[in-house]
Amino acid sequence: MTPGSYLPGHFLPVAIFLFVGIAVGVGMLVFSRLVSPRRPYREKLMTYESGITPFSDAHQKFSIRYYIIAMLFLIFDIEAVFLYPWAVAYDRIGLYGLVEMVIFIIILLVGYVYAWKKGALEWE
Amino acid sequence: MINQLIFAYFAAVIVVSAVLVITRKNPVHSVMFMLLLFFHIAGVFVLLNAEFLAAVQLIVYAGAILILFLFVVILLSVERESQAARANRFWPWLAGFGLIIAGEIALLVLRGSFPGEGKMAVQVAGAGVRDLGVVLYSKFLVPFEISSVILLVGLIGAVMLAKKKTNE
Repeated sequence: MTPGSYLPGHFLPVAIFLFVGIAVGVGMLVFSRLVSPRRPYREKLMTYESGITPFSDAHQKFSIRYYIIAMLFLIFDIEAVFLYPWAVAYDRIGLYGLVEMVIFIIILLVGYVYAWKKGALEWE
Repeated sequence: MINQLIFAYFAAVIVVSAVLVITRKNPVHSVMFMLLLFFHIAGVFVLLNAEFLAAVQLIVYAGAILILFLFVVILLSVERESQAARANRFWPWLAGFGLIIAGEIALLVLRGSFPGEGKMAVQVAGAGVRDLGVVLYSKFLVPFEISSVILLVGLIGAVMLAKKKTNE
């Protein structure tokens, strides 16, 4: 199949949704720039920090703990991706598919328990 | 005509945002252009009638892997990386590898097809998510279960590496 030879017509609602979403976002920015009065001064342009004068840059290094949470999220995200075609095809694979998916989830549950026991989910 | 225009749009945005990813000085901006890139690649997958790949592209790549990229950028210092040199002494090697890969892709495009195309194990007519699910969960049962073991290995590896760092 060569690109451009096929037009997925049933994706038209998705395209309309995306267009409306982008139009609303861009429209808000453009319209507020056109309509709103602009009288900027230094305090107004400062980063809002709950009324306190900001004392350092917000671009600071993050803890490695965020990284392990993101990594665990990635693994379970892929697990969720496998659930998607399973759920769509469920009426045709039935009990067989259910047992299969339970085995799949139990194997990954081992890893979840391991991460839990190791304290990877603790923030401390 | 209209579908070729749509493909041309996706292809153009992919090329432009890919160039922007490697030329931005601020790594956070690079990651944001990569997000744009991933969204348009999902669009190309939809045009190729590969709906499931498009969904995976959005959920896994745009949703999870990009977050990892962003975390790496934030774990390192954004400011220091913004001011770092754009190329190191290995750049001729990297350019060479890039040229080889570009040449391979050009060869593939000129040939017009992959060598093994048409002899694939499964030819799913609809290629929708439903057909994929039926094939994956009945015919390719063992590879599917093995993928869970691979994910388990990745999970344990991630926990071991990250815990070693935080204990010190």
